[in-house]
Amino acid sequence: MSNRLEIKLWLAHRLTGMALGLFVIIHLITIMIVIQGGLSAAEIMERTSSNFIVAIFYGLFVVAAAVHSAIGLRTVAQEVLKWNGTCLNVVILTFFSFLCVVGMAAIIGLVL
Amino acid sequence: MSNQQEMITISIWRGKEDGDLESFKVPLVDNQTILDLLTNIQRDVDPSLSYRFACRVGMCGSCAMRVNGKPRWTCRTLVSKVVTNNVLRLEPLSNLPVVKDLVVDMAPFFDKWQKGKGRFEAKNSGVKEFAPIKPDNKMRQLADESIECINCGICYSACDVVETNPNYLGPAALNRAWSLMNDERDGSRVDRLIAISGDDGCQNCHTNSQCVARCPLQLNPTASIAGLKKLVAMATLKGEL
Repeated sequence: MSNRLEIKLWLAHRLTGMALGLFVIIHLITIMIVIQGGLSAAEIMERTSSNFIVAIFYGLFVVAAAVHSAIGLRTVAQEVLKWNGTCLNVVILTFFSFLCVVGMAAIIGLVL
Repeated sequence: MSNQQEMITISIWRGKEDGDLESFKVPLVDNQTILDLLTNIQRDVDPSLSYRFACRVGMCGSCAMRVNGKPRWTCRTLVSKVVTNNVLRLEPLSNLPVVKDLVVDMAPFFDKWQKGKGRFEAKNSGVKEFAPIKPDNKMRQLADESIECINCGICYSACDVVETNPNYLGPAALNRAWSLMNDERDGSRVDRLIAISGDDGCQNCHTNSQCVARCPLQLNPTASIAGLKKLVAMATLKGEL
């Protein structure tokens, strides 16, 4: 791949890493606050149903995690397994799509 | 003073990559550097021993080799400081092809300086006046440390990323690129940022800082590489790359 594209992938990896750091902190603090009064499926659904702030937050979370892990895995494959080329890119894109679909399905289940 | 001189065993790499260590028994002399020791062995024991040196005072960097597995300048390393249990092991710098004994071929090292655009390219052709760069110039200050590099190759030998990815440009070439990126007179910023990026570029640095740990001048190539990463990131966000 061209150096320009590699630079963009590296930057995306860095930026999503930063975003994930922030998201994980918000996620953990939210959990600590909301479980004070006990934890049940009904209670979670009540809080998340039709809550589009939750949908947007976790939507961004899923995309950041998918981008970050896909690019990171690609780098690991290149450095450790010496695996390169189109085949690797196809596998990584498939993995990225899988994470996006599974993550979004979970969010839809929570919010709708 | 005792008449019985303490002896040490020094194992020296002989031959090329497929060579082997050869042991010599030599007396341990006070204040003797490893380079002095090698000279004694070559003069008195085996004239076929090959090693490289020039200045003998830590200015040229040509005497670099691995001492007990760690790259060092032999002219600035006292035998008494590094000998352990009266044993010493000398090998050529790693990550470079061995020419013979302790001499390596530095060509791949300098090829990477070229690959990383380690050459000054004037912004304005046909310079008519001096370009004044004052000591308080911020860019100049960022390059204060990196310009002290004397190209000895110790960081390149110590770098474990070069070891696993022989195409990686290495700390010295990237450090050179960093000093040029902070030269206001240089005109190939974007080209250089592209040259030092990608599969073999600055983004591959694992920040293990072996280069920092081993640099005899206590320079910080890891910081230079981090600076380059920042420049690449900013240029990408601005759409320059």
